[in-house]
Amino acid sequence: MTQPKSWKEWEKPLIELDEALAKLRERSVTATEEERHKIDETIKASEQRRDKYIEKKYANLTPWEKVLVARAEPRPYTLDYINALFTNFIELQGDRLFGQDHAIVGGPAALDGQPVMVLGHQKGRNIQERQMRNFAMSKPEGYRKAIRLFQMADRFSMPIITLVDTPAADPGVESESRGISEAIADSMLAMFEVKVPIVSVVIGEGGSGGAIGIGIGNTVLMQEHSVYSVIPPEGCAAILWRDASLGPEASAALRLTAQHALEMSLIDGIIPEPFGGAHRDPIEAATLLKEAVQKALKPLLKQKPDALKAARYSRYRALGKIG
Amino acid sequence: MRLGVRRREQRFQDAFLQCASCRKTLFRREFDQGMMVCPNCGHHHRLNAKTRIEYTFDEGSFVEEDTDIQSVDTLSFPDYQSKLDQAISKTGQPDGIVSGMAKLEENPVAVAVSDFGFMGGSMGSLAGEKITRTLERAADKKIPAIVFCASGGARMQEGLLSLMQMAKTTAAVERCRSVGAPFIAVFTDPTMAGVLASYASVADVILSEPRALIGFAGTRVSKQAQVVKIPDDFQTAEWVLRHGFIDRIVPRREMRDTLSDLCRLLGGRK
Repeated sequence: MTQPKSWKEWEKPLIELDEALAKLRERSVTATEEERHKIDETIKASEQRRDKYIEKKYANLTPWEKVLVARAEPRPYTLDYINALFTNFIELQGDRLFGQDHAIVGGPAALDGQPVMVLGHQKGRNIQERQMRNFAMSKPEGYRKAIRLFQMADRFSMPIITLVDTPAADPGVESESRGISEAIADSMLAMFEVKVPIVSVVIGEGGSGGAIGIGIGNTVLMQEHSVYSVIPPEGCAAILWRDASLGPEASAALRLTAQHALEMSLIDGIIPEPFGGAHRDPIEAATLLKEAVQKALKPLLKQKPDALKAARYSRYRALGKIG
Repeated sequence: MRLGVRRREQRFQDAFLQCASCRKTLFRREFDQGMMVCPNCGHHHRLNAKTRIEYTFDEGSFVEEDTDIQSVDTLSFPDYQSKLDQAISKTGQPDGIVSGMAKLEENPVAVAVSDFGFMGGSMGSLAGEKITRTLERAADKKIPAIVFCASGGARMQEGLLSLMQMAKTTAAVERCRSVGAPFIAVFTDPTMAGVLASYASVADVILSEPRALIGFAGTRVSKQAQVVKIPDDFQTAEWVLRHGFIDRIVPRREMRDTLSDLCRLLGGRK
């Protein structure tokens, strides 16, 4: 079976159908009563056909197809969700050591009046923005900014919410020379030290060390079509089979879907996405995300600071399968 | 006749070997007495866990722990079980980490030693558990923890479970910190990726053997991602020391004394 290279391969008929439907709707406005009736019936039939197609496709996505959906450009990114979920978000920048990293954004915001510290990886939508955001591959200064914000949140008793969406941490020479490994490790350490609730959500690509660097939580959730992996599937295939094009096979072997992560009890829940994926209805996706974050936060807000820290230790202490 | 040749060859191999770096022929006895450091070029050859323990800690003081647990192929990952079986029979160990209690000049220390010969010292659930238990033992007894790292990174055959070991082991470092148990990491060739980007990098003191490879991304990946010229010593202990991420480079013959001094000075909150 040939594997798709992009989500567009199976969404192309959908996009065409949507376009045709839009045209029909336009025509229906100016049509006579009799014509309109006919057009409306065509619309209804087409919509049914479309929904059936979506239902069939999205109920049976392969792990590789999930990778492609998680990477899809129209999928909502961190700032889309921040703007939809919170009010009064004020981005704070810089690590006060070296520089400002646009691959991770963060700052205080209000979630229905409750002050929180929100932070996440940010991808770009066009070439310029992608370059500025470095494809959401954070450098050490991104993780050190994160540490600064986590510690600030702790000082002011603000719950922390992180949104994970990165292919990996930046692997370049610059990042090595400024200690990318130390920055990731130190960021995880800071997340174990704070005594405020942390809810972490994988909203797209959970790419190995780069993801877990800001992905520690009292509660960790994944969106329905997101992925979380120890290594990019292409990289895994290149190492194992010396062929990076075997990403689909590696995706299946790595069990990187949200469903697999939940099965192995590595995450606490899956956040449903709108019919046909988050990119089909970003507003509905944001609503579902907000509900899930609030539900996760509610019991945590009642816990004592020391208990929150201890619970986080216990949560991670238990992870791993040994015989 | 053929048997005779073979026997002579065998005797030659017993008496001599070639340095993995400078290719010079060395006397095995001299090489072993020099802790497997090439007397010609100073190359520190990789050690297995058992030899490392012999070289480092008080003679006969090491007591292995965590021998009751083993790796499991939770994901039914292609070829993982056979690779595990091979590594187990090759090293005589159930995993790349040997952990336990030892003494340094009579003072107790919690130790874990990684063996690169076991699937590249990769960190899966078992390695993560052993590192965590080692750090917890140090925290409980308020004694120093010493971990010798040698790893290509997380073990991809255990998928996300391996990634979670980065978080788990880092949490255990936090536990040592909160009770004042010193944690000393020693980087040996190579210390990479998931191990470097977790517990190893947040040790109180980081020592390294000379010329050990230390880095986040495989050198090939870094080079691909870069247009500028890469320095010749990129990702070596010397390069990482210059950039401020390790404390000292310590030759193998001085490692025991340095560790024992550090343990005495940092001591641990009593």
